[in-house]
Amino acid sequence: MPEAFLVIKESFPYLLEGAGVTAAAVVGAMFFGLIIGVVLAVLQVYGPRPLGRLAGLYIWFFRGVPVLVLLFLFYFGLFSLIGVNLSAFTSVILVLGMTTGAYQSQIYRGAIESLPYGQLKAARALGMSDWTAIKNIILPQALRLSIPGFSNEYSIILKDSALAFVLGTSEIMARTHFVASRTYQHLPLYVTAGILYFILTWLGVKALRKLEDRVRIPGYSHHQG
Amino acid sequence: MDWSFYAQELVPALNQGLVKTILLIIPSASIGLLMGIVVGTLRAYGHPLLRKLGDGYAGLFRGTPLVVQLFVLYFGLPNLGIYLEPYTAAVVGFILCTSAYQSEYIRGGLLSIRRGQLLATQALGFSRIQSMLWIILPQAVRRALPGCSNEIVYLIKYSSLAYIITFIELTGEGKILATKYFRFTEVFLAIGLYYLIMVTVADFGLKKLEKRLYIPGFGKG
Amino acid sequence: MTITENGPVLRAENISKVLGGKQILKGVSFTLKKGELKVLIGPSGGGKSTLLQCINFLIPPDEGQIYLDGEEIHIHRKRDLYAYRQKVGMIFQDFNLFDHLNALENVSIALRKVKKIARKEALERAMIELERVGIGDKANLYPAQLSGGQKQRVSIARALAMDPEVMLLDEPTSALDPELIGEVLAVIRNLAQDGMTMIMATHQIGFIRTLADNILFMQEGEIIEQGPPSELLMAGNATRVQQFCAKMNELYEEPEI
Ligand SMILES: Nc1ncnc2c1ncn2[C@@H]1O[C@H](COP(=O)(O)OP(=O)(O)OP(=O)(O)O)[C@@H](O)[C@H]1O
Ligand SMILES: [Mg+2]
Repeated sequence: MPEAFLVIKESFPYLLEGAGVTAAAVVGAMFFGLIIGVVLAVLQVYGPRPLGRLAGLYIWFFRGVPVLVLLFLFYFGLFSLIGVNLSAFTSVILVLGMTTGAYQSQIYRGAIESLPYGQLKAARALGMSDWTAIKNIILPQALRLSIPGFSNEYSIILKDSALAFVLGTSEIMARTHFVASRTYQHLPLYVTAGILYFILTWLGVKALRKLEDRVRIPGYSHHQG
Repeated sequence: MDWSFYAQELVPALNQGLVKTILLIIPSASIGLLMGIVVGTLRAYGHPLLRKLGDGYAGLFRGTPLVVQLFVLYFGLPNLGIYLEPYTAAVVGFILCTSAYQSEYIRGGLLSIRRGQLLATQALGFSRIQSMLWIILPQAVRRALPGCSNEIVYLIKYSSLAYIITFIELTGEGKILATKYFRFTEVFLAIGLYYLIMVTVADFGLKKLEKRLYIPGFGKG
Repeated sequence: MTITENGPVLRAENISKVLGGKQILKGVSFTLKKGELKVLIGPSGGGKSTLLQCINFLIPPDEGQIYLDGEEIHIHRKRDLYAYRQKVGMIFQDFNLFDHLNALENVSIALRKVKKIARKEALERAMIELERVGIGDKANLYPAQLSGGQKQRVSIARALAMDPEVMLLDEPTSALDPELIGEVLAVIRNLAQDGMTMIMATHQIGFIRTLADNILFMQEGEIIEQGPPSELLMAGNATRVQQFCAKMNELYEEPEI
């Protein structure tokens, strides 16, 4: 046990740096996913039929294929096929972003569809174009309602990011694995990694709850309205 | 396109991997769901101490990545002198993880049932077990079903992680082939297609089940 | 003790209950004779619901005894408790129909699972009860598809199917829209005329006046007045019941039944 303690103490700064890499990848992926998700949701609800179908196909694909397979497919296959040479880190952000985009779109779509239809009608009656109305009236409400779902997605993507080590990204798992294979202190090291993920989950969920409070509209309770 | 690669190499290898994947999924999903029901029921109605324990269990396994859990089982336990076969480690890891998520849905389903339902069964002379069996669980299961279905779909996809702890299933077979022939795009697209089919079939079956259990107006408000 | 034609079916003695540190029931006693309809009235929070739920031990009383047909009920014998509850029907203010079962199944489920009656027979009996309360045509609808009045009638049918000796009704019409109250009161009136033994909390003064055999006025956990409506409700009698009902009459208009 004392040896395990020593290993953890010595490698901790190194692992913590990995946590920074993990956090950066997850934040990047969540933002990328936010953009994809909003576009897909708007296309599905308001877009022309064929585009809505296409969005549905995208979602079906990314919901049905494991993240691990997607990472391999894009990093070793598709990205180089189309001639771009991306770093493992960028690839991870893109792949996780595309995946969470599919899931996020379902959250936003649900939120948009739960808004009373009168909102859009009132905006149109004021002479807004559909796009102006969606941007200024619908999305500000729908995105507020989506924060709990977004928070849930964050904790899922954070955990999925642990798979990035198969591409050699130097995030928490890769570093833990590296130290463990030299010191043979697997158990204590992976437990430490687990704790780091636990803390990152907690921090993110807490921050998003703060955000939810900050942007709450006084007296606006969706479910009674 | 050279069809012989597909017919003689890719498809046989992936089919072999598919069998292994199914051998992972079936016990994990079924035992995981059962365990989830038990843990979820304890978390909703159990003795306060058991409730705390259940909450802790669910929090632990939902708060850490499945890869970390698998690594602890496969690489970590040997530090304590416990050696698990890759297959065993994978199935145990999947069961522990998925049942934590399932317990969350079951617990939510149970807690969403109005108190009046229980009162009415008591007033009619139901015993505790009868009321659980015929009134409470049928309602809770219906409420939990969408979440539980979703979790089964997740499990199908995450079964690919078994490859990382050296149990060569669908993803593993494909990876070996892709590296050997240097044909990443087509091989991983093919693997993706296998998973897509599994997920779509499971989705279809579970949706059908949901439809069969559908009750007009139930669960709204 | 022998049961004569007009002997007590149900007897509650000295029922006391403390909830949340407050004495909600302070030694309440009453008896129900066969075929009698007693009505519980009184201000909100007086303990009517608590008393009714103590009678079938949904809330176990702290003190006091309950006798059915002269036999004391002991709740620590689970089997006896379940058997007793089958003989005491209860109607709730908010119906509490089983949300996952249609009307027919709501009425038959306890017959099948508690009384262990065969499915076919149970369904036949359930249908008879649904027709008795006038909604045989709604047998296949689910609770969410029924109006409040229809829900309450299903819940009455559900209780009746168990062949209860006594019925406890806790404000069966207070959750209903005014235009639906009449249809439920009509069902209860028929029950009373068929000789069902009942105790009912209600604020329907017109109903009390015409159908109640006896009024129990309850306030702060005690029965402070009781007697037949003809006495307690007579104009000019300065009873608490009279005052209370005058106030109720100002607040609510009542449908004819
Ligand atoms: N579980 C409980 N814990 C604490 N206090 C309770 C509980 N249940 C009921 N009470 C209190 O007991 C008192 C009597 O309640 P009860 O529902 O029996 O009155 P009621 O006469 O039926 O009134 P209403 O006409 O409004 O239905 C109320 O003051 C209520 O707040
Ligand atoms: Mg009451």
